Parts: sequence; structure tokens; C-alpha cells
Amino acid sequence: MSGGTQLDNENPQIFQRSGERLWTAEDEDEDIADPIDDREIFDLIRSINDPEHPLSLEDLNVVEQMRVHVSDPESTVTVEFTPTIPHCSMATLIGLSIKVKLLRSLPSRFKIDVHITPGTHASEDAVNKQLADKERVAAALENAQLLEVVNQCLASKLPANLMP
Amino acid sequence: MNILHKFSAHPDTRCWYVAWNPTGTLLASCGGDRAIRIWAREGDSWECRFVLPEGHQRTIRKVAWSPCGNYLASASFDATTCIWGKKGDDFECLTVLEGHENEVKCVSWAPSGSLLATCSRDKSVWVWEVDEEDEYECVSVVNAHTQDVKHVVWHPTKELLASASYDNTVRLYKEEDDDWVCKATLEGHTATVWSLAFDSSGQRLASCSDDRTVKIWKECHPEDEQGEGRASTDPEWKCVCTLSGFHSRTVYDVAWCQQTGLLATACADDGVRVFKEDSNSDCHQTIFSLSVHIPKAHNQDVNCVAWHPKEAGLLASCSDDGEIAIWSYQSET
Repeated sequence: MSGGTQLDNENPQIFQRSGERLWTAEDEDEDIADPIDDREIFDLIRSINDPEHPLSLEDLNVVEQMRVHVSDPESTVTVEFTPTIPHCSMATLIGLSIKVKLLRSLPSRFKIDVHITPGTHASEDAVNKQLADKERVAAALENAQLLEVVNQCLASKLPANLMP
Repeated sequence: MNILHKFSAHPDTRCWYVAWNPTGTLLASCGGDRAIRIWAREGDSWECRFVLPEGHQRTIRKVAWSPCGNYLASASFDATTCIWGKKGDDFECLTVLEGHENEVKCVSWAPSGSLLATCSRDKSVWVWEVDEEDEYECVSVVNAHTQDVKHVVWHPTKELLASASYDNTVRLYKEEDDDWVCKATLEGHTATVWSLAFDSSGQRLASCSDDRTVKIWKECHPEDEQGEGRASTDPEWKCVCTLSGFHSRTVYDVAWCQQTGLLATACADDGVRVFKEDSNSDCHQTIFSLSVHIPKAHNQDVNCVAWHPKEAGLLASCSDDGEIAIWSYQSET
């Protein structure tokens, strides 16, 4: 890479956001147990900030609801994410942010797997292997600098008129 | 298999590892809270007997008792290994072994107690010599693996060292001309190898992996085999058994009971399993069958299993939920 400020992808395509979740009468009935569904997982991760652009992972189509699969009875969540370009150096950081967001939000019984959408990144296997290694994830999160970057990705965005 | 006890050992964090002392009177545990606790049975329950003072800045990944039982070594993500000894009624840190570039993943004592091995994400395995004054000196740094080294373990009687890695291989080392060198590479796993265990004779080695299998490797001497006039005197290690289809996620640990020959595994699917060697298993064909499966042994990933060194069938396990469980295995009749 050349130049510290140069972005991996200078001019990413921006996609339309999905609307808010439509609530049904069943959702609001306190007597009916609501299993965790794909949309609920998607809502947790779609607003994660891209590490390079003032945009969300949803804006960049890095995450899509169709690539989120949850089974509440089996306590499993699988998320595939799509880097905007095949050589994106931020892929591991994006995957780690998605994983951390889900680890912090979901009950501990869930097994969370985060992978790159097959065929969309040059180092797909290496990134997937790192994200699946909980020992390396645990060690990474003890690194204060890296944790700070992850937390920035997970921080809620200030409205534009409050931005410094 | 019955559960005897379950207790919270490292609340609000993960318990990474447990280790029995050689006589089996104490169980040491370590975890994400940077703490080492030492547990002992008191009547019908398990009590925390010692809490070691803070010696590490980050997660403590593994602990290992010296063969004499007087020392405990701890491997930490802070890149150091501490040697603890008992002074009066407490444990204190006697030595800090520095040198690895980043996270130390494992520490293991040789059966003589005069050698110690450590391994790290820096891809290296270090062999340390201990002299009579309890001074530690690094005698070899071996860079045989191409990735993160996850585990090191010594042969039960010989000075033979084995390591497991993120590069999907297992390697074996011996001393040669005052240096430790890699003598064999065991290839067969298709993902990270997390842990290793020798059987009591040291002729077989079990490995467990992120590929959801356990493999058993056997030492084969070339001269044993007919028609092969090989000059090499180094034994080869061949995979003689693969346990696949039993585990639904990563197998983090494997333990081989030195008394009963039972093989226990710790799995990321929250289960603990015990495998038993078939009676018709022989040197030409190794057959292990699943004897017990506890699907929900813990509420989260099981990280470690450890057979009691004296009481046959007594097994300790620990988990990401911070708990330790003690199990009693009875062979079915």
C-alpha cells in the first residue's frame, strides 16, 4: 500500500438501506415467545461503521439480511460479509467487529460464526481461519489499540449536524 | 458418567485450563481474569485453597505442575511464563521467563523436571534448562512451525517433545548436538491442531483439531517393517486412527488416561466425550469407540479435559462459562 491516508477503496458503491422492521401483532403479544430471527441479527450489525468511510456496513452492502442465518433452537448464528473489494485490508477488522457486536449482544449459549462471502476476497481462507480462532480473537481484544478501533466501528453514529 | 461437582472457578470470564498436581490432591485453574486458583477437595465439596498473586498482565492460557509437584508454571498472553513455588502457606512467583515476542500459549515440564518447553504465536518453541539452583536458561529456540504454536507436551518417559500448531501440523523434537531439532512432521489434520496427549507408554500420540477430528499417531520403527532396509534410526509416526463424525465443532483438548487408557475430549459444541479402545484393537488396527457423550457438559465451549493422575475414571473439565466440572466415569459392564 502506498501513502498512509490512501483508502483501499476510494469510491465505493453505496446501496439503499432496508426499512425498519415491521412489527406484527404477534411481536407485541407478551405471551408469545419471540425467537431470535435473521432480521434481529441483521439489525444488530447493519449499523456497524465501516472502518474507512463514514458509512455503515449496510450502506456498502458488506452485510445483507440474506447472508445472516440464525437458528434459535440450535443456538447458532452464521454471518457472511462481503468486502467491497477483493484486496480490502480491513476485512479482518470488519469481521472482528461483527463478531464482537454479536458476542456482546447475544445470550452466551449462541455459537457465532463469521465468514467472508465465498469468492469475494483474495485472502478469504486466512481471514476466516483467524476469525474462527477464539484464542486469537481473545488475544486481539486484549490489545487496547485494536479494541479502540473495534469500539469505534461499533459506536453509534452522531447525527451529521453534531459531527465535529 | 456422573457429575460429582460443578463450581464457578473464574466468574464472568472463561476458564481456559485445569491441571492436576502429580498426586492429584490439587487442581490448578487459569483464565481470562489473569488469575490462577488452586482447588482442593474438602469433604464433599471443592474449595479454593490458594489464589496466586497477580503475576501476569493478560489472560493466563495454561498452567503446568512440575513432576515433583513443588512448582507451577503459567503461560500468558503477556508473552511471559511465570514459575511459582510454595513459600510457607502461599505461592510466590520465583522466576519470570521472558523472550517470546507475543502470546505464550503453552508450557510443559519434561518428566525429569530439568527441562521446560514453551510455545507462542511467534511460531517458535523454546526449550529451557533448569539447574540445581532453580535457574532457568533457554537452550534452544526452534522455528519449525510456519504459524502460531498452540500446544507443547513431553513424552511421558523420554526427552521427546511434541508441538501442535495453527499450521495444521504436529511436530516432534529431539536434542541433537546440544540443539533441539525437529525430527518429524505429522501431517493429516486439515485445520488448526489445538492439543496433544501421549498414552502412558508414549508410543502413541493423540491430536485434536479445528477439523473436528481426533487422530491417533503411532511410533513405527522402520526396522520393524519387512522389506524396508532403511538406514534411518528415527522412528516414523503414522496415523493409525481418525475419530471423525463424533464432534460437531472444534475439539479443543484431548486427554489420555494413564491408568485406564480412556481418551476424553473437550469440544466447542459444549460436550465432553470419552472414547474407549476396542478389545479387538491391535497393533495393526487401532479402534476406538465412543463410550460416553455428555452433550451439555457445560453451558459454553469446553476448553480442557484432565484425567486425575491417581483415581481412575475421575475427570475434570472447564469451560468458557468460567466453571469447572468434576466427573466420574464408570465402565459399562
